[in-house]
Amino acid sequence: MIKAILIFNNHGKPRLIRFYQYFAEDMQQQIIRETFHLVSKRDDNVCNFLEGGSLIGGSDYKLIYRHYATLYFVFCVDSSESELGILDLIQVFVETLDKCFENVCELDLIFHMDKVHYILQEVVMGGMVLETNMNEIVAQVELQNRMEKSEFVFISRM
Amino acid sequence: MALKIVKGSIDRMFDKNLQDLVRGIRNHKEDEAKYISTCIDEIKQELKQDNIAVKANAVCKLTYLQMLGYDVSWAAFNIVEVMSSSKFTYKRIGYLAASQCFHEGTDVIMLTTNQIRKDLSSPNQYDTGVALTGLSCFVTPDLARDLANDIMTLMSHTKPFIRKKAVLIMYKVFLKYPESLRPAFPRLKEKLEDPDPGVQSAAVNVICELARRNPKNYLSLAPLFFKLMTSSTNNWVLIKIIKLFGALTPLEPRLGKKLIEPLTNLIHRFLSSVIAVLISLSSGMPNHSASIQLCVQKLRILIEDSDQNLKYLGLLAMSKILKTHPKSVQSHKDLILQCLDDKDESIRLRALDLLYGMVSKKNLMEIVKKLMVHVDKAEGTTYRDELLTKIIDICSQSNYQYITNFEWYISILVELTRLEGTRHGHLIASQMLDVAIRVKAIRGFAVLQMATLLDNAHMLTGNTQRNGICEVLYAAAWICGEFSDHLEDPLQTLEAMLRPKVATLPGHIQAVYIQNAAKLFATVLRAQEGVPDSQKAQETSQLLIDRLPLFVQSANLEVQERASCVLQLVKYIQKLQQKEVAVAEEVSALFAGELNPVAPKAQKKVPIPEGLDLDAWINEPPSESESEDEKPRAVFSQEEPRHTRPRHTEVDEKELARRREARKQEQANNPFYIKASPSSQKVYPEVPGVEHIPVVQIDLSVPLKVPGMPMSDQYLKMEEERRQKEKEEKKKKEKKKKKEKRGRGRKHESGPESEEDITPAHTVDIVTEEMPENALPSDDDDKDPNDPHKALDIDLDKPLADSEKLPVRTHRPTDILKSPVEGAELESVSQEPKKKSKKDKKEKKKDKERKCELNLYLKPPDYGFMHLYIPTASGTTLSPLQSFAHSDKITKHLCFCLLQKFSKHKKKKQKKEKEDKKKKKRHHRHHSDEGGDESVQNGTVEEEEPLPVSIQSTTLALLSVQVYDIQGNLQDGSQVVVSVIFENKSTSFLKSMEFNVLDSLNSKLQRPDGAGPHDGLSVPFQLPPGVSNEARFVFSVQSIVMPQKLKGTLTFIVKSEESSTHEKLDFKLHFTCTSYLITTPCYSDAYAKLLESGDLKSSSVRLEGVSMSFHHLLARICFHHHFSVVERIDSCASLYSRSIQGHHVCLLVKTADQTVSIDAKCDEPSLLGNVLDEIKQTFSMC
Repeated sequence: MIKAILIFNNHGKPRLIRFYQYFAEDMQQQIIRETFHLVSKRDDNVCNFLEGGSLIGGSDYKLIYRHYATLYFVFCVDSSESELGILDLIQVFVETLDKCFENVCELDLIFHMDKVHYILQEVVMGGMVLETNMNEIVAQVELQNRMEKSEFVFISRM
Repeated sequence: MALKIVKGSIDRMFDKNLQDLVRGIRNHKEDEAKYISTCIDEIKQELKQDNIAVKANAVCKLTYLQMLGYDVSWAAFNIVEVMSSSKFTYKRIGYLAASQCFHEGTDVIMLTTNQIRKDLSSPNQYDTGVALTGLSCFVTPDLARDLANDIMTLMSHTKPFIRKKAVLIMYKVFLKYPESLRPAFPRLKEKLEDPDPGVQSAAVNVICELARRNPKNYLSLAPLFFKLMTSSTNNWVLIKIIKLFGALTPLEPRLGKKLIEPLTNLIHRFLSSVIAVLISLSSGMPNHSASIQLCVQKLRILIEDSDQNLKYLGLLAMSKILKTHPKSVQSHKDLILQCLDDKDESIRLRALDLLYGMVSKKNLMEIVKKLMVHVDKAEGTTYRDELLTKIIDICSQSNYQYITNFEWYISILVELTRLEGTRHGHLIASQMLDVAIRVKAIRGFAVLQMATLLDNAHMLTGNTQRNGICEVLYAAAWICGEFSDHLEDPLQTLEAMLRPKVATLPGHIQAVYIQNAAKLFATVLRAQEGVPDSQKAQETSQLLIDRLPLFVQSANLEVQERASCVLQLVKYIQKLQQKEVAVAEEVSALFAGELNPVAPKAQKKVPIPEGLDLDAWINEPPSESESEDEKPRAVFSQEEPRHTRPRHTEVDEKELARRREARKQEQANNPFYIKASPSSQKVYPEVPGVEHIPVVQIDLSVPLKVPGMPMSDQYLKMEEERRQKEKEEKKKKEKKKKKEKRGRGRKHESGPESEEDITPAHTVDIVTEEMPENALPSDDDDKDPNDPHKALDIDLDKPLADSEKLPVRTHRPTDILKSPVEGAELESVSQEPKKKSKKDKKEKKKDKERKCELNLYLKPPDYGFMHLYIPTASGTTLSPLQSFAHSDKITKHLCFCLLQKFSKHKKKKQKKEKEDKKKKKRHHRHHSDEGGDESVQNGTVEEEEPLPVSIQSTTLALLSVQVYDIQGNLQDGSQVVVSVIFENKSTSFLKSMEFNVLDSLNSKLQRPDGAGPHDGLSVPFQLPPGVSNEARFVFSVQSIVMPQKLKGTLTFIVKSEESSTHEKLDFKLHFTCTSYLITTPCYSDAYAKLLESGDLKSSSVRLEGVSMSFHHLLARICFHHHFSVVERIDSCASLYSRSIQGHHVCLLVKTADQTVSIDAKCDEPSLLGNVLDEIKQTFSMC
């Protein structure tokens, strides 16, 4: 199970947070701060796994993260997930974002948090991996966006 | 209307959308909070509008603000409004917001049930998809129960997009509503072979999550997964399956062998699988040393790889192997130690973890020495603290198993105190205390070391924060005080403990200082009083009198109290000394007696004495008029004594808090009450004012090493020398031996030094921790009762009963309320008039006859057979013709057999069959005149002696009913589960079976909610000819000290081709006291304590003329009466058992010349009496 997915930038500003277990808002912020603190002090050439986040879970949980340019993508998972599998999944997610936003950059995430969420919903659902095939994810996201557009045209005509 | 819409859309043009909000926040970097609060005000205005588009926009912005940490739960109702929009765009916004901020405590979730159901069945697949995604994040037990059936239907949706989401969400539903697992499982299993890879992967995902926690229930799926593994190309699925096999192989070793080939194939295909394969292999195969060796070799290559991720995973896998094959990993110690130098903390931590499992008596000192070097080098405090805890963990693991020299360990601990800025002072302190208390031989050494520590306390007091290193002074002071006899110079230590600088230490440490200073004082007095010069003793008293006033002024109450106590005591002693009275004896008497260590869980294990109800009020609760109505009801409803462990209810806490509040109120209103005011704080400042304390100059020339401290390295060297010596001696001895016995010695010598060869430097007596008398032997302390997965430990192979079907909500509420039992009742009522005449006849018949009675005898279960009197049995008043006609048409023969659960074992089954055959023969002889194809079944599983069989029957067996298990429920001491197997032996179809028992005051059949006390329980299945099935009935039993009989009836309909008849049978259920006993193992020491406790009443019984062997006799008691043997010496044995309500039953069985005497003890005399009677009966029957 994935317990949380956090995306924040090099300064620890959250760009997307998705908890699959309930935490109150202030706790969520504390977790983001702690995770940022843990992840940001690590060099780029060390491994992508990190244990010891004290706020989520416990010994069964670890952080698996990737650092792309200005953004950190952090997944907090338990031992039922494969470490390399999750690393792969982060890559798939980022590539999907890249396709949907065309050369994704931090600004896309800042201004379209809702859209990033909709994409993520097609990858992970309720903490479990839903789809790992990028083409499938992109297809479903586009179909839904098209539907939204058709509705929007309808609404604006009114 | 149209105008309104136009107005709404014009308004919208002026509203901020999400992008505007983000831009705004970015432009207001300085006063972000202020800007956002104005935005929230705007959003509140927007939410008040009727236009759903405006609302949706507002909710979307709220979702963004939630990410920034703003609580948006106040808008929950608006979110629900947006969720229920008919437009996909808005619905999606609503569900996203809900998934981000709804949780189980959100009350508006209740309102969403119907909306979600509507969305789930929407013709638009994306509406359904959005609802599923949202629901997966905020599903509650109520939602799960109400929607389980809808979601299950979606698992067979035509669109794979919906199918995979429905499959995945089922896991969340199972977690919240475990009852849904069994009904949904067949369909879930089906989805493993779905044509769509996405759905397949989702199903694998769910089953893997389920199986991870309760693997044994999923063993039957292994072949299916095996097929998937060899055919699937999806990496993700493969990894999951391999992980699943990792969990399954320990349960089924044969699987491991089967897996080797496909797994090695996989290794060549994917890199990422390699790791998974290795991990699963390592946990999977118990006795495959060749492949384990291969694994470890491969892992070594991974660990040596430059890719840090692979290195990490290699170490991770290694630690999995370590658990099962420590030997094969230990040879790679060099590599692991090398990893400790890695720049990456994650890898260092992994390596540390591995080291923990690799230590042995032989290499402990060496490994710890390496770790100490790392401690010195480590930069970050987190890592250094981690190292410190690991060192202590490694040394103290499994009760100091690997420590051969405790002097070395103490000096390691002392060296660790030199660490600056550590947060684990408390940990070190507790280790010092633990070792000093439990290892008696080391006390002398430990005390000397602690005295040095106290002397150099200034080295440690730099860091006075909580849990800082100064905590060790707590331990040091206590050890020096408690074991002061070992001190070389107690006076000096006493002086060190009373230095003014001590007052800067945290309060709890000062308190210990003072208390132990008093102990030391006693020791010093004793030493000085023998000496003729009495002046010295008085000087010591004067020292205390001079120094203690400083502590009397302490802000800490504990310190203050102890200090003034001790001060007064010393003053009094001084007075006596001046009168030349010898006081040393009396002063030391103050501290006489030894303190023993107590096991950490001891308190929890103290059984609650009979009749003590911790929840009951001692006095009548005070009636408080102001809050009468909110008084919790639970307090009163629990007045009857409960045997289960009482919990500390929240109620009490609430009550306390309320009273506290009330008292504060009262105090505030009371003009005479002196409130806490700044002026009073001046007298007792909360924090000791630093400036008032005289500053002692720290001598900076002191080296950073505590002087006079033996370095642990010394011990390492010493130890090596000692071992070398021992080895040589051993060799000498072996040489001698070899001379004597040539052939045998050789093998020994060539092997490397084995574990057993290393003897501890001095014999160490590790005192075990004390447990309370008659502590309950239980190991389930560590299990988390709140684990949601515990509820999912469900047998999935059992056939599905009707009662387990998922609730389907229909539109009419009246239908919802109707429970299945009521439905059954209706049915039977409608049938009744038809058969009334027949029934009446039967009723009359019964009056004439001896009462038709089935005795379901739950005695020692395997003896338990039932007395069966059937109307058609010989010797009744039925005319032969009638009985013939009867037997021809519908013959009923109910045979309740009692089989012990052990009878499931094959051997016994075979024996039983043999016996049955024997008996059949006998019956044939007996009733040869009656002829016909009779089939007699009885439940005697007794191995040698046939029991008197009281089943006389000329009739054909129609229905065989076996009670095959009666189990007390250990979790609930008032429940007994009776498992009954119904087997249809006729050629007709049996249906509508209804099992009913006339409840007694003490025992009640548990019926579903809403059923009346006289309603029967419908057996949840029908029986086609030749089919058997099992049903369980739960009885609640209040008192278990007496055997009980319950009368009951079983009604059923026999349906043959031409007709159907309603049949009824009366029976008696006999619960013996033995059936409330549960075989519980007991250790002899706990057993002895139990007997010594004196809480048990005794009773005894003698059996004459028992000719069986003692071994056989014991086996018989254990088997039939659920005892376990604690200890056996010659012809005397002690046995133990426990009742479901926690009564201890102890037996002492002795035998001599065919006479067996049983002395028994139990905390409940009448239970004991009955059990003994039953034992007696067991032996009188043979």
